[in-house]
Amino acid sequence: MTFTQQMITIGMVTLGTILTRFVPFLVFPAGKPTPQYIQYLGKVLPAAVFGLLVVYCLKNVSLFAGSHGIPELISIAVVVGLHLWKRQMLLSIAGGTVCYMLLVQLVF
Amino acid sequence: MSTRVEMKSALKAAFPHTIPIFAGFWFLGMTYGIYMNVSGFSFWYPMLMSLTIFAGSVEFVAVNLLLGAFNPLQALAMTLMINARHLFYGISMLDKYRGNGLKDIYLIFGMCDESFSINYTADIPEGVDRGWFMFFVTLLNHFYWFFGATLGGIFGSLIHFNTEGLDFVMTAMFVVIFMEQWMKEKNHTSAFVGIGISLLCLIAFGSDNFIIPAMIGILGVLTFFRKPLQAEKRGRL
Repeated sequence: MTFTQQMITIGMVTLGTILTRFVPFLVFPAGKPTPQYIQYLGKVLPAAVFGLLVVYCLKNVSLFAGSHGIPELISIAVVVGLHLWKRQMLLSIAGGTVCYMLLVQLVF
Repeated sequence: MSTRVEMKSALKAAFPHTIPIFAGFWFLGMTYGIYMNVSGFSFWYPMLMSLTIFAGSVEFVAVNLLLGAFNPLQALAMTLMINARHLFYGISMLDKYRGNGLKDIYLIFGMCDESFSINYTADIPEGVDRGWFMFFVTLLNHFYWFFGATLGGIFGSLIHFNTEGLDFVMTAMFVVIFMEQWMKEKNHTSAFVGIGISLLCLIAFGSDNFIIPAMIGILGVLTFFRKPLQAEKRGRL
């Protein structure tokens, strides 16, 4: 690829990303009432999306090879446990991450 | 309150929310920069791309696009597919990312997974300007990513210390955000739908292709359950 072609490629990726972020705001402008169905989606989607993101983070975990997802399972349990106990966001995240790092570096 | 004082208090309130992102982006950004470096690109490529694109997964894919044959339409189509989930974020943020003046443009531009998740769920303290709070969350995240990608690009493969597993910080953060959302709502149908459909699609389509089918599935099921879910929401009000 020439330099110009590289810049065009980067430009296309930038454009695509901007499009996916701006389209909802352009399709449902501020002045007009947003359709009921879209308002409904705006309320129920986030819970589902956060679920999707959790699965997305774990997408490369293989249950049948390597460490069988055990370090991930243990560390998520630590995150959930800490969060139910103290409900301190940073503590839960740090605790789970340190646990995971120890497991993959020392145990598995 | 003067704008300066307003900005300062918003920055103070926003920063703690971004600490996990600092750890995660610093690491992931650096990985990305190193990846670009060993793929033969100068440090200013990851520097530029982390600023203009600011969407982690697609930037990794872009490295492959840059190494392959020139095909701008394919680059655009791939980007739209990988980032289609932003459409869901936008629909959820239609109210929050409006009415903040010019900041809205930057908020929408910088709406990556992490900025969206924090700005959607954070309980912004009273007296703190919402617009500036969300602005600083986005700006800090953007800066961490830029900082990591640039460092990785400059120092490349020189860096060696055992950070194995640090990337789990992102998983941990999304688990916590998922739980926070869970504790806020009475009806967990949508949360179950999100996890369930995503897992099914992951098994059926594999890790590289499951996002779009999962999004379609989630939309379909939530649309199907609209009447009962909406009735319940109204009943509570």
